[in-house]
This record gives sequence, structure tokens and C-alpha cells, in this order.
Amino acid sequence: MTVMRELGKPARSAAPADEETVIDVRGLRMRYGSVDVLRGVEFTARRGEVLVLLGPNGAGKTTTIEILEGFRMRSAGEVDVLGVDPAQGDERWRARLGVVLQSWRDHHKWRVRELLHHLGRYYEPYATPECPRPYDVDELIEKVGLAEQADQRLSTLSGGQRRRLDVAIGLIGRPELLFMDEPAAGFDPKARRDFHDLVHSLSDLEDTTILLTTHDLDEAEKLADRILILAGGHIVADGSADQLARRVSAEAEVRWSRGGEHFVHATADATRFVRELFAQYGEDVAELEVRRATLEDTYMALVHRHESGHESEEVVSL
Amino acid sequence: MSSAVVSASRLGVTRGLLEFKQTLVTPAELFWTLLINVGYVLVLYFQRNRSVEGSSLALLTLPSILGMAVAFGGAQGATNVLATHREDGTLLRAKAIPNGMVGYLVAQLVVISLTTVFGIVVVLVPGLFLIGGFPSAGAGDWLLVLGVLVLGLLATLPWGMIIGSFVKSAAAGFGLTFLPLCGIVAISGIFYPITALAGWLQGVAQAFPIYWLGLGMRAALLPDSAVAAEIGQSWRQVPMIGVLAVWSLVGLSIAPSVLRRMARKESGATMQERKERALHRGY
Repeated sequence: MTVMRELGKPARSAAPADEETVIDVRGLRMRYGSVDVLRGVEFTARRGEVLVLLGPNGAGKTTTIEILEGFRMRSAGEVDVLGVDPAQGDERWRARLGVVLQSWRDHHKWRVRELLHHLGRYYEPYATPECPRPYDVDELIEKVGLAEQADQRLSTLSGGQRRRLDVAIGLIGRPELLFMDEPAAGFDPKARRDFHDLVHSLSDLEDTTILLTTHDLDEAEKLADRILILAGGHIVADGSADQLARRVSAEAEVRWSRGGEHFVHATADATRFVRELFAQYGEDVAELEVRRATLEDTYMALVHRHESGHESEEVVSL
Repeated sequence: MSSAVVSASRLGVTRGLLEFKQTLVTPAELFWTLLINVGYVLVLYFQRNRSVEGSSLALLTLPSILGMAVAFGGAQGATNVLATHREDGTLLRAKAIPNGMVGYLVAQLVVISLTTVFGIVVVLVPGLFLIGGFPSAGAGDWLLVLGVLVLGLLATLPWGMIIGSFVKSAAAGFGLTFLPLCGIVAISGIFYPITALAGWLQGVAQAFPIYWLGLGMRAALLPDSAVAAEIGQSWRQVPMIGVLAVWSLVGLSIAPSVLRRMARKESGATMQERKERALHRGY
């Protein structure tokens, strides 16, 4: 799994620092009544990155993304999205964003193609020679896998189909930056897989920057160029899934059995340890298992640390 | 206005026409629209042979019903549309696209107006057959009907939008508009002459648009002799236009800022809350 990730997506996490910054958040605070939900959130996103904002329920993921979308006013801090403060974003700015909403039963009398065509036309005045807007409707329908449903009413779509339409609506204006809040919530495994493929194709073929939230670790690991973990009102970790796992726990766990007896050993250099193990016991070693810290271990450790009050201001940045 | 806003308004008109067409081909919605209006027609049917001072009671009631239908269509129609669309996320969608709100609002004005006109036609056509037409009404009188219709929509629709911006659900919106409107109808001389009521009730009724809408329609369609049943034996066209204009102007001046404030507060999180509440209620 780990190896495949590194082969599949080598360039992105190593993107040069001078690449265009699409999102820049500094000291973002949000207070509801007397409760501080965000207490100084800081992060940036570069052009073309897929950023996953991960965190436990109630950590403020939705609040953060809605502030960036310009749907919610912040209490304090500086936020810059495509060079504009979202609190002052005009319609020209709005036309460069895509927002994937979790639809429920809106537009149920509309047909898929009809709705995409209608919504796309609002972007026509914002087309430029470099960026033709909107997307070609049929091409987009094909891309999200709704070709067979193109002339169906929305009320007849399944949950997964409806969510793919949500993504299509988010993309119709050919956005430079796409926001998705819990996009795969309620998907069955097949729909989830299709959705992940869709996100990969978007980030590979287009220069679309994507920020999505999830509380699903597996999803974060599959999609993210970079993962941000939000806990206790701060970004407590910022890096690729591998980097995060290595940073929190450098040690791997080696398990084996010999003569019916089971052993566990923690070591920083598992390869060397196993080599020595075989050198010493040879064929007696059985049931060998080397387990590196997973994203889940990392996540649990970080979230626990930051929610149980042993909170350090240090950000695991890589 | 920027060209993008102009083009969004044009898209709104397209959208409004399409949505109106959709309601016409959706059996459930068509059924409700027809049901309410068939109810009015039934009232006329039972009144057709009762005569008051030489003319059929149905003849006297039909114009008043048209006036009432304008107020219901404008106020309740707008409340319902806005509350429903806030609840189901249509509005949030509009907010997420450039000038989407402009397009949305224009579309809803078109839909509500067309739906109101459609309802009126559904009552008017069988009504005309029942009463054998308005013998005294000429082309100019029908023009006045149109004028009262437009003024009535202007006077009521913005208020519907204002109420729809505040209510927590479509059901609450219905409760908040339907019962009060029925109360006002009861004292507004729609089904019987207002002059039969106590003086203070007449005063209350005259503060609201429904009485004046009924009066305007009666002025247009009834023979001059029918004026005897009106307050002061006069069609009072200037006060009619005045009261409706005041409701229009106040509504139109408050509605934009209320709508802006409502739109600013729309977000995925508030939508989600409404969705959960609605699912919890079970509809």
C-alpha cells in the first residue's frame, strides 16, 4: 500500500515552495458564544494539491471550510483564498470556486443534464481564453459517470448518483479551487471507490486544487497529497500520510513466534532486526509480522494528545 | 448593473418558466393547485341560484374570490417557496454559484406570479360559465382586473418572502401565513359584504390588502348598481390604489435587506440542521 502510493503520486508532496499559493490561512479563530472552536488555525495550499482536512466530529472542519467558502464570517485571523479575503469575495471570485454541497432533495423535479446546463450558464460571463467556462455538460456527465441518468429526474437518482451530481455541480464552472465537505458520507463501498477515482482523475488531469474534509482515515490516506489534522482548535499535524506516520512513531513493531512461543519487539530499524533474527534462529522463526505505525495510530495518538489537555503548541510539520 | 447580473436575471426568467412548467406536469402539485381552486368553484356552484337584490350571489362572490386568490398566491406562495427552498438546500445552491441568488429570486417571482395567474384562470373559467359571464364588464374593466392583479402581487409577494426568510420550516411558514390569512379573509368582505360587520372589524380589514383586492376586482367586474353594498356606496379606487401601493412600497423596501441577511446566514451547517430536523419529524 505504502509503496504503491509513493509510486503513484511522486511529484505532488515534493512540490516546490514557490508554487502559487491558493489558500493561505493565518491565526484563524472562530468563537460561538463563549466556545472557541478554532483557536489559531494556520495552513496553506498550493496550486494542484489535494488537501484533506481530517479531524474528529465537532473539531471545526465544517466551520473552517465554510469560512474559506465565504459562507461564514470568522471571529479573527487572516484568510486568503485565490488572493481574496472570502469575507469580501465578489461574484467574480465566486466564479473561480467550486463548492460541493451535500444535496438532499433540492431540484428534485429537474433532470440531470437540464440542471447542469442551467447552473453552468451562470459562469459564462466569467469565461477567459485560458479558462473556458462552464464545462461541457455532456463531458462532465460522462466524467462523473452519470451518462445513463442524464435525462432522469433528480428524484429518481440513488444516493450515490445524487452525490456524483453534487460533485458535477461543484465542477461545472471549471473551478480553480474545489471545496468538498464530507463528500463521501453515506456512500456504499462501490460508490466510495468510484468517487475516489473521480477525485484522482480531477487532480491528475486538471490543475484543480481540492480541499476536502472527512473523518474517514482510509479516505484521507487514499486521496490526500497532504493531510491536515484539526483537533483542539488547531492544526496539530500537516504532512503526507507516510510522513505523519513516521513522525509520530518512528518505531515499527515486529511479531514472530518460535517453538510455539510468541514474541513482540519494538524497533526503529525493523529490517536490520529481522535480518539478525533470521541469522540467529533461521528456520525456527515463524508467523513473522512487521507492522509500521498506521495513519490510524498516528491520528489516535495526536487527537488523544490534543483533546486530553496535554496540548502542546507544537505542530508536527514536515 | 453588470452584464453578469443582467444575464443572471435572464437565466432567472428561463428558470422560472421551466419550474412553472414542471409544476404543471407534476401530478401531485397540479392536484393541490386544482383542489383548492375547485373548492372555490364549488362555493360558486352552490351560490349560483341564490340571488341578492336581483343578481346571482355567485356573480357577486367571484370577483372577491379572485382578489383573495391574488393575496394567497402572493403571500402564501412566496412564504412557502422560500421556506421550502431554504429547507431543501435550493437556496444554498444558488448562493454557491456566481449571481445565483439574482437568478433564483427572479425565477421565483416568475413562478409565483404564473402560479397565481394559473389559479385565477382555473377559478375564473368555470366561474364564468356558472354565472353566465359578467354582463357589464368591457375590455377596460378586464384591464383593471389585470392592474389589480399586478398591484396585488406587488403588495403581497415581498411580504411572503420576508416571512419565508424567518420561518424555520415550510410547515411553520404555512401555519404562520395560512391561518392569519383565513382570519383576514373572514373579515374582508370576500364571501359576504363587509358592511354586515361591526365597524371596528371593518376598520381592521381595511388595513390589509385582501379587502382592497376584493374591492378592486368587484369594481372592475360588477355592474355599477352593486356599489350599494360597499362602504360609503363607493368603489373607492384611489384609496384602493393607495393602500396597495403602501403595502408594496414598504414590502419592497424591506425585502431586499431581509433576503440579503437570510442569504448571508445560509450555510451547509444550517442546512444540515434543518435536514436532520425534517428527517426527525418524518417528512
